[in-house]
Amino acid sequence: MANEVGKITWISGPVVRARGSRHVGMLELVEVGEDRLVGEVIGLKGDQMTVQVYEETAGMQTGAPIYGTGLPLSVELGPGLMQSIYDGVQRPLPLIEQAVGSFITRGARFDPISREKKWKYTPKANVGDEVKGGTILGVAMETDTFEHRVMVHPDDKGALTWVAPAGEYTVNDTIAKIKTGKEEKSVTMLQRWPVRRPRPFVQRRGANIPLITGQRILDTFFPVAKGGAAGIPGPFGSGKTVTQHSIAKWADAEVIVYIGCGERGNEMTEVLQEFPHLVDPRSGRPLMERTVLIANTSNMPVAAREASIYTGITIAEYYRDMGYHVALMADSTSRWAEALREVSGRLEEMPAEEGYPAYLAGRLAEFYERAGYVENLNGSQGSVSVVGAVSPPGGDFSEPVTQHTKRFIRCFWALDKSLASARHFPAINWLDSYSEYIEDVANWWREKTGKDWLGMRTKAMELLSEEARLSQIVKLVGPDALPYAERMVLETSRLIREGILQQNATDSVDAYSSVEKQIRLLELVLYFHERGMAIVKRGAPINLIHDLPVVDTIIRAKSSVTNEEIDKLDDIQKMIDQQMGQLDAEYR
Amino acid sequence: MSEATVLGGQEVVGVGRIEGPIMVVEGAANVSYDEVVEIQDSKGNLRRGRVLEVGEGVAVVQVFAGSTGLSIDGTRVRFLGATLHMPVAEEMLGRIFDGLGTPIDGGPEPLTDVYRDVNGQPINPTARIYPRDYIQTGISTIDGVNTLLRGQKLPLFSGAGMPHDQLAAQIVRQATLGRVAGAPQTEGEEFAIVFAAMGVKNDVADYFRKSFTESGALTRVAMFLNLADDPPVERIVTPRAALTLAEYLAYDLGKHVLVVLTDMTNYGEALRQISNVRGEVPSRKGYPGYLYSDLASLYERTGRIRTSQGSITQIPILTMPNDDMTHPMPDLTGYITEGQIVLGRELYYAGVYPPVTVLPSLSRLMKDGIGKGRTRDDHPRWGAQLYAGYAKTQDIRALASVIGEEELSEVDQKYLKFGRAFEREFVNQAFTENRTIERTLEIGWKLLSMLPKGELTRVTLDEIKQYYKGDDASS
Ligand SMILES: Nc1ncnc2c1ncn2[C@@H]1O[C@H](COP(=O)(O)OP(=O)(O)OP(=O)(O)O)[C@@H](O)[C@H]1O
Ligand SMILES: [Mg+2]
Repeated sequence: MANEVGKITWISGPVVRARGSRHVGMLELVEVGEDRLVGEVIGLKGDQMTVQVYEETAGMQTGAPIYGTGLPLSVELGPGLMQSIYDGVQRPLPLIEQAVGSFITRGARFDPISREKKWKYTPKANVGDEVKGGTILGVAMETDTFEHRVMVHPDDKGALTWVAPAGEYTVNDTIAKIKTGKEEKSVTMLQRWPVRRPRPFVQRRGANIPLITGQRILDTFFPVAKGGAAGIPGPFGSGKTVTQHSIAKWADAEVIVYIGCGERGNEMTEVLQEFPHLVDPRSGRPLMERTVLIANTSNMPVAAREASIYTGITIAEYYRDMGYHVALMADSTSRWAEALREVSGRLEEMPAEEGYPAYLAGRLAEFYERAGYVENLNGSQGSVSVVGAVSPPGGDFSEPVTQHTKRFIRCFWALDKSLASARHFPAINWLDSYSEYIEDVANWWREKTGKDWLGMRTKAMELLSEEARLSQIVKLVGPDALPYAERMVLETSRLIREGILQQNATDSVDAYSSVEKQIRLLELVLYFHERGMAIVKRGAPINLIHDLPVVDTIIRAKSSVTNEEIDKLDDIQKMIDQQMGQLDAEYR
Repeated sequence: MSEATVLGGQEVVGVGRIEGPIMVVEGAANVSYDEVVEIQDSKGNLRRGRVLEVGEGVAVVQVFAGSTGLSIDGTRVRFLGATLHMPVAEEMLGRIFDGLGTPIDGGPEPLTDVYRDVNGQPINPTARIYPRDYIQTGISTIDGVNTLLRGQKLPLFSGAGMPHDQLAAQIVRQATLGRVAGAPQTEGEEFAIVFAAMGVKNDVADYFRKSFTESGALTRVAMFLNLADDPPVERIVTPRAALTLAEYLAYDLGKHVLVVLTDMTNYGEALRQISNVRGEVPSRKGYPGYLYSDLASLYERTGRIRTSQGSITQIPILTMPNDDMTHPMPDLTGYITEGQIVLGRELYYAGVYPPVTVLPSLSRLMKDGIGKGRTRDDHPRWGAQLYAGYAKTQDIRALASVIGEEELSEVDQKYLKFGRAFEREFVNQAFTENRTIERTLEIGWKLLSMLPKGELTRVTLDEIKQYYKGDDASS
């Protein structure tokens, strides 16, 4: 157990200093004061150690002891993670509530993973097998349908001398024994992993399969690949959280890790209350069954907020190692950066830009680097896709967190205050956003839908940028001054904006668009454009096109046509044919 | 420097250094972080303070009342051995306190043995109930398009001289638990009100007191007043004291509590001042890097929890310096609260009351408290349509200012009329006018009926059939 390694000499918020550093290591987990609050050694100098404390330090005194543990800050990994909600240092919030009530008090400590719960376990390896880090020893049913693949710890290897028969086991029960050299080691379903150290894999693979989110502006226009990293910056109220919630709900990942990092309590409660009742459109199971939540809300201790990102991504990597596709959401990375800044300020480190420490960029890079589509130690493939929200002060993207984040992501979903004010949601600006995965995933779209997604997307983007140019002119002289062909561009662009880009997260039909529906809608709008353009070029006045009843039908299709009945979009195409046909005949 | 341990804590005579509201005390042993201290000046007057930082035998103390009149040698500091606590009791409703929670209405100290830490503790997210019950404020721009729910934090972003106090007073006066449109008004349980003033002028406090008196609410109000001429550092404690009482009323006694905090901008300034004196590295505009976390520690003390009937709803008021919404105070507030109601100069000068600029205003929780079974089925789409229409009006106004109104298309001209009517009939209402939700919806439909049906793409065709009153027969 922990023994005393020092005495506190200085306290300022979440940072304490103590004397006695010879007995602890850098980044060692320590227990601080008589209440044994969780802390981590973040600095050593002479006989002084600096510790960041993951709980409220009010009431703590100088002279109080610090206990060492000899271990780095780690998470527990094993069956039981799924459907859990933890704070930033993996303390299970439901158990804390049971024990101490509605408010989080200090010093409450529980096992992150239940020691009592039994899991239905089936071995997949045999006595005599040579195993190494990542080898799958067996599977435990973590939910009715989710297979938790129990793996050898990355640092272990050897020959199996014993395997447990199929049965029900707790995470403390031995399920195998491995002989390494002369030593025999008992293996359980539980492992620990230091959060700040990426879990190992064999090699990275190209990221060329899109993470399908069911959000049209993302999938169709600015796709992120599985194993990719995306940033979603935006001023307050522009839609970072709603977008991340939508991705967490509908993305075609097998595991979701959602980190509420310095954000609102109610938002986590919303997820907790909503996800068990929402059904995964692919598995037909409640969404909660594939979700792990980390909630370190804005009023919870700031140092634990800093840790929450690492706790989350380590859990994500663990499921990746089993061969799953994991999507991780972090809302908001700016609050994590601010936690860094706060601790750095208390350490009186030399600040760089806007008070942030000089190592901000390095820390961001380390975090986003942990995203990836990889070949695992056990030969399987898995991925961690990362979506980080950024909350720039005043909505100004030139600030350090946004700027540094941009260096480490390849997909940028720029939220726009003016779109949000006009209630154009998601308020992702199509001219400021970009994805570097477009070429990479084009092939997937071709194979999946048999359609030229890349060509259609390019066409739609051309129309939208043309619209932006024309709008400048319209602002100066009004629309009537434009030739009909250009006004046709404006008409179609409106259809793209209102019929495709806008997507209401609160509408049960519109919230999730299947890939088929997305491409079909796009095709329909471009078809409308092509037919309309032909007609106006022959001199038909633009209002005739504008007033066609099918325009309204197309705009409403996103919420009137469900994913199950996309055939109805064919009917809309017929309406286009019929209504345009009439005009066509008149102006021939 | 001598040291003596007296009843209730150790005492140190003489301090090492005094700088602004900060004092460095040497020679005290075993001081706790965030502990309360009692400071006696050479004349024997008492004031209170709080430990901001401790080292071995050294404590950095923040003096709430400021350090004026304190001397290096003649000051005695007593460490009280606990963080700042205050008594809480139901009978505090109807009473007036200073910024630290001491009665200033001539009445006695509240008789209770319940003491609470003013810093509170974070609500466990698993213990919360997600807010769903709407509060009818009788104000169309709120009930209609920025609906306030019980357990929500929704600030008023205003500017100097604008009628935010009136609006807050009107909300407090008219707030009742919402009901489904068409259902009879039931005698709702009344809100308890906790009012905290930070650095506002005496006439603002008086205005609220008068307003509470006139509406007969005074017995349900607890007022915590730190006025413009009160010590700025005390302001750090004022909202915490108010929220500590609010939490007791809501979560221990099961009351629905409405908390009004004004003016949070002054609170922020006090925080900045202390940070600057301590030489902390500033982030933006001299505000400390922890401003976000500090504000969150106040605003997040809002909500509902599963073990209680009660709720805390917060309406913080901020005057934005230079009407600038990107200033750190409104900016970081907006990042924490669940939306914002923004008052605008233009409407104010145009004589519109309340001058709520609808486009930048937002209630994030609205979607969960309106619609079928809560207000009326069409409400969400109706709201979206009104917004979209009014947003479009803004673009058309810009265009009209260039090419002239006459040059606008017929539809655009309709939008201009719609926009004007929206401001005059929907946004504008009397200070005494308490609109039902039906009335608000009705006005909205009347306005939407000024537009061609084909423009109304956010509402359903059935809704158009049922509520649209326009003479447009085209599409
Ligand atoms: N796709 C969407 N569909 C419908 N409404 C949306 C959508 N996206 C955003 N909104 C609206 O915008 C509001 C604000 O969105 P959200 O809470 O996601 O903002 P945010 O960027 O996370 O803000 P903050 O930084 O303050 O947390 C929501 O409450 C909702 O009303
Ligand atoms: Mg958010």
